[in-house]
Amino acid sequence: MEIIDHFVLGFGVALSLQNLAYCFLGVLLGTLIGVLPGVGPLVTISMLLPITFGLPPVSAVIMLSGIYYGAQYGGSTTAILVNLPGETSSAVTCLDGYQMARRGRAGAALAIAALSSFVAGCIGTLLIVALGVPLASWALRFGAEDYFALMVLGLVAASVLSHGDMVKALTMVVVGLLIGLVGTDVNSGVERYTFGLPELADGIGFTVLAVGMFAISEVVLNLEQKEAREVFTKNVGGLMPRWEDLKASFLPTLRGTAIGSFFGILPGTGPSISSFSAYMLEKKLAKDPSRFGQGAIEGVAAPEAANNAAAQTAFIPTLTLGIPGSATMALILGALIMNGVQPGPTVMARNPELFWGVIASMFIGNALLVALNLPLVGLWVRLLSIPYRWLFPAIVMFCALGNYSLNNSAIDVYLCAAIGVLGYVLAKLKCPPAPLVLGYVLGPMMEENIRRALLLSEGDLSIFVKSPISLTFLTLSLLLLVSMALPAIRRGKARVDQEEEAGAT
Amino acid sequence: MKTSIFKNQDALAGLLFMGLGALGFAIALGYKFGTTIDMGPGYFPRILSLVLIGFGIVTFLKGLRHCMPVEGGWAWLPLFLLSAALLLFGFLLERLGLVPALFALFFVSARAGHEFKALEVLVLTAVMSVFAAAVFVWGLKLPYALFAWNF
Repeated sequence: MEIIDHFVLGFGVALSLQNLAYCFLGVLLGTLIGVLPGVGPLVTISMLLPITFGLPPVSAVIMLSGIYYGAQYGGSTTAILVNLPGETSSAVTCLDGYQMARRGRAGAALAIAALSSFVAGCIGTLLIVALGVPLASWALRFGAEDYFALMVLGLVAASVLSHGDMVKALTMVVVGLLIGLVGTDVNSGVERYTFGLPELADGIGFTVLAVGMFAISEVVLNLEQKEAREVFTKNVGGLMPRWEDLKASFLPTLRGTAIGSFFGILPGTGPSISSFSAYMLEKKLAKDPSRFGQGAIEGVAAPEAANNAAAQTAFIPTLTLGIPGSATMALILGALIMNGVQPGPTVMARNPELFWGVIASMFIGNALLVALNLPLVGLWVRLLSIPYRWLFPAIVMFCALGNYSLNNSAIDVYLCAAIGVLGYVLAKLKCPPAPLVLGYVLGPMMEENIRRALLLSEGDLSIFVKSPISLTFLTLSLLLLVSMALPAIRRGKARVDQEEEAGAT
Repeated sequence: MKTSIFKNQDALAGLLFMGLGALGFAIALGYKFGTTIDMGPGYFPRILSLVLIGFGIVTFLKGLRHCMPVEGGWAWLPLFLLSAALLLFGFLLERLGLVPALFALFFVSARAGHEFKALEVLVLTAVMSVFAAAVFVWGLKLPYALFAWNF
């Protein structure tokens, strides 16, 4: 069977000593930053992006994706043990996980969190294979106009479905598109928005933008609050879950996986909303909902499964269509572009070792994570005593050195500082940075596709409605936009946003 | 409750968008617009700038209608210190070498924290300098001098 050949190829790539090392490094770093509050996968991946330059693309993506899904594991550890979510997606795990820990069942909670994460991670990875392969072969038939329409849909959906104000999210897409224009226009050779600086002729580098937007501004946001971190010394107890715990967690894990897989594929939504929805569903389905918040094991299993499934399935549109649905996925896509891989449905055909190698590494990474998280849990918790005042200067160092090293140019470091200022101001004004980065990444591809489509149709705009695929995507985008103008739906979304925020605090 | 425009989250965001859009449009006037079949380099910049101004107006008006004040204070000092640390690093790396540049970066950026202990920062600088030299100069073989004098 063909699929077996693919897996043989994939595991062959992923099990090479070098890639195994990068996979291990990725999940190790992911666990580490998952445990540390204030340092998330976005900051870490953007910080390490410049260093992955020059690695083979498959190793770069294996490591960066390991950081992403590894962080979902690590986030639950501190949520359970110290009631402090390492990642926002673990916020709901605090509710019942910490209560279990207080009742002396920390070990069982940790084990169930790791096991349900593992199951969800594996199912999510299988879903990438099951959905990704047909999706990519379907997308191979797309014309330039269909591609353009698909990117419009991706950007609109990411703005509409994401947390917060839709108009601001859309505006950020436009700002991202404009930033993507900086540099030499490929068609006419005219330099746009370069202010006469030769360093800008190639555009504002992806890593410069990512580091400034996510790492620098995030550090400043964290410095606004005074840090309050308690040193933790508590006995974890037996890690073996009881048989009834496993039985009680089985169905919630599967339901959480289903919810997470759904939200993971959708652009604009991700692990946070998945774990929140999974928790709410379990509470509704439970015979005795009052147990929730008192240490119900389902309240740990379902959200942990959901956030890991979402982290995994988010790769589907990114790897198969070249359309990232979230900021983290935009960074992964950027890493591919930086290393010379043209993203899109052709990746699977042209770089099979990349696609299948990354898939195989996810199985390996998920297994490594269980091994890393359970026996070493005491070590991770001790990391919490590292004060932020030691961490953030080191983050700044990585940002500075990483950006300098790409072109050996100090201008990149100066630009990064400027983008950090812009990123901070935008964050304070509640303008989400993710759509900006999505717009920046997709902008050049959109411009190329719309130009190609209009060149083929000789300037006839009706090409976008004549192709049924393009028409469907554009209609869906329009429906999404119009639906947000309806007061009932807008109020519903505002309520979900509020509940999500309440759940996170 | 009346909030000043300078504390109004949406009004400020709207003004920022309009400003960026106007700047983008003004610069794009220098690029050829072209036609829909044969788009010039100015086609996208001008359209996007106009859309940006439009969104800016909408956001500004929304801000005037429901005042949402900016949450928390502005951390201008940390923002300034971190930016200064990056600028200094870029400036010093090419002139004095990696170690002095990192020294400046750590001492300036660490000032942005809530607590500043000189000895602690010194140890942190030393440890991270060794780490950076090991990873970047010896590991990734980047051509940086640890110390230099280029003025």
